[in-house]
Amino acid sequence: MSTTDAAVDVTARAGDLLGVSRLTNATLTGWLHGLPGVDQVGCEARAASLGTRSIKTTAKQWAIDAAISMIDLTTLEGADTPGKVRSLAAKALVPDPSDPATPRPAAVCVYGDMAAIARQALGDSGIHVAAVATAFPSGRASRRVKLADTTDAVAAGADEIDMVIDRGAFLSGRYLEVFEEIAEVKQACGDAHLKVIMETGELVTYDNVRRASWLSMLAGADFIKTSTGKIQPAATLPVTLIMLEAVRDWRELTAAIVGVKPAGGIRTSKDALKYLVTVNEVAGEEWLTPERFRFGASSLLNDLLLQRQKLRTGAYSGADYVTID
Amino acid sequence: MPIFEYAPAPESRAIVDIQPSYGLFVGGEWIEGRGAAFKTTNPATEEVLADVAEASVADVDAAVRAARTAYTRVWSRMSGADRGKYLFRIARIIQERARELAVLESLDNGKPIKESRDVDVPLAAAHFFYHAGWADKLEYASLGPKPRPIGVVGQVIPWNFPLLMLAWKIAPALACGNTVVLKPAETTPLTALLFAEICQQAELPAGVVNIVTGAGATGQAIVEHPGVDKIAFTGSTEVGKSIARSIAGTRKRATLELGGKAANIVFDDAPLDQAVEGIVNGIFFNQGHVCCAGSRLLVQESIAEEVDRRLKRRLETLRVGDPLDKNTDVGAINSRAQLDRIAELTAAGEAEGAVRWDTGCELPSHGFWFRPTVFTGVSQTHRIAQEEIFGPVLSVLTFRTPQEAVAKANNTPYGLSAGIWTEKGSRILWMADQLRAGVVWANTFNRFDPTSPFGGYKESGYGREGGRHGLEAYVTTGDPR
Repeated sequence: MSTTDAAVDVTARAGDLLGVSRLTNATLTGWLHGLPGVDQVGCEARAASLGTRSIKTTAKQWAIDAAISMIDLTTLEGADTPGKVRSLAAKALVPDPSDPATPRPAAVCVYGDMAAIARQALGDSGIHVAAVATAFPSGRASRRVKLADTTDAVAAGADEIDMVIDRGAFLSGRYLEVFEEIAEVKQACGDAHLKVIMETGELVTYDNVRRASWLSMLAGADFIKTSTGKIQPAATLPVTLIMLEAVRDWRELTAAIVGVKPAGGIRTSKDALKYLVTVNEVAGEEWLTPERFRFGASSLLNDLLLQRQKLRTGAYSGADYVTID
Repeated sequence: MPIFEYAPAPESRAIVDIQPSYGLFVGGEWIEGRGAAFKTTNPATEEVLADVAEASVADVDAAVRAARTAYTRVWSRMSGADRGKYLFRIARIIQERARELAVLESLDNGKPIKESRDVDVPLAAAHFFYHAGWADKLEYASLGPKPRPIGVVGQVIPWNFPLLMLAWKIAPALACGNTVVLKPAETTPLTALLFAEICQQAELPAGVVNIVTGAGATGQAIVEHPGVDKIAFTGSTEVGKSIARSIAGTRKRATLELGGKAANIVFDDAPLDQAVEGIVNGIFFNQGHVCCAGSRLLVQESIAEEVDRRLKRRLETLRVGDPLDKNTDVGAINSRAQLDRIAELTAAGEAEGAVRWDTGCELPSHGFWFRPTVFTGVSQTHRIAQEEIFGPVLSVLTFRTPQEAVAKANNTPYGLSAGIWTEKGSRILWMADQLRAGVVWANTFNRFDPTSPFGGYKESGYGREGGRHGLEAYVTTGDPR
């Protein structure tokens, strides 16, 4: 199937799902605003209650390894250099030199101009190269530039693209524009997986998060992702809960499985475990795999490694016993 | 086997020190009961936890006399500010001993530790803190001119929230200057007995709080004792009625908080995921042993199938089992008698033609257990839509219009609570106005706070507990006659 066909397919599928022959902003608005609302208090209470699950011993062991394998090990700084990216790739290849059985993270996530460096460093290890694109993090550039940004990263060896949506268009109700942009970026991705960053901290309400999740899935997202990490608040448990409900309900509607990636602000193993519990109890265990759930994080990996060493040896070591990158 | 299997995470019971036998707490001291001792058991294992004294009529008399002495000589004369200090002290000790109280409550009652830890005990402390604040401000509570204490209050509480109901009863009574004789339920006396120890630790003057244990006969002795000025009761409507009968014609006052058959009403514009949580919390919180439980789900016909599907999917994730496991969502049924009653009513539901569904989860081999159960196709005329089951059993009915929802919700002899789920604010207000229920929750359920009055309409009882309104039951106003 050619990439052009894929874009046509997304639009045709959207028309089918909405029951219209031509997709317009009005039909999209009606559909998105017809989704059940989210009660903020109830949503946050549910997230808090999932956060009280007590994950111990064998469950903790499993969860720590699972969390490590779901990390998109990330560096997204203006100061990034090829050397920095190579050392991050080396860390991904050997997360804990003291224990070769330690699982590897799912991907290394970098800016587009570093994709080739990351690809070269990771070789055929199976660790994916994710590149942020579409004028990350603001998304304020022309469509032409965003598409070029995407094709450039893919050509450099990225097999996962993390795009940002146009929050301005979304917040002013230009849903069709957001839809078309995602669909076109998806097309530009070719075989690369597309993660759609909604920047939930700028969408503010849970209703918006739910609508943006459905809009992204409708437009062909392989993953929906909370945040760039450049805006506060970044990932929160209630926002991730809403997104997990969205992918669960999307599968019920279309039989297709879309992944979820909370990113930014998840730094401790304890937090990561709360997310895994939420995945398990809201979306279901089919999502408990790096194919369908990722953490966008950098410092989280080392905390997971410390906890892993503690479980293995029975004693806490300390920050000097894990490598900084 | 699940991919992510939660390993057992039991809360340690080492923190509680259960004595082999308990006496009665009368006049600040432990005395032996004159009745035959009875046993209290752990409903999750049927293990005997302790022997508990049964208070005879003479024991109750001793307790009432101790309360009277403490009332006349000490407590009614003490300034509100000083009474408040004792209540603050009790509240802080409850917080300090929170884990001990939570573990003991879960052992004796069967409720999940996460509920006793996160709901019962913190709320009990909150009630003491709240009422401690009122103790020196009663004149400014709009209760009427010159509010004064009533005297000796007899309090009889149920087994579903043993410590919390104790707090609801004792905190306002003491804040207003009354002394109390309290009887915990016969299946759950242990946290009340630990509370007696807390009163000693707080150096509460002897006789201000007296705890007598026993069953119905002991309760009756309290109710009928001529030295008791007021009765406060929480429990079944049947017992409530007999209390009302036995105090008729006496000078005794009463507040009764009785049964319920609450409607939890879900409109088609509801926030569905949160509504499902609210339905689950409404009926499966505390195994459904909640007088204000949302035991009747009224769901708008246009979304009935979707709600049914989402609800059952959610119920599959409930973890039923060891109450002390921190991941347990639904614990043990409190007693064999209650289990039998639940079984009897659910059998009647099936016999009357409602469709029964349960989660099919595995249950422990010992103890008293009941799977989370949902009945669909329920009609108003079915017993499971009319009678209080007091267990983890939900009856689902449908409606088409808001008027029909109100008519069905109100079509019950009870009137304790109701829930409304809709995104439309104006409908919430209209519904709340129409529903004959003491508590109406909007887009939430089973939320309690000491500042909010709680109580019923119709056969759910009279009087309010909590908030400024709750104080009214514990004071008399105007010039002394």
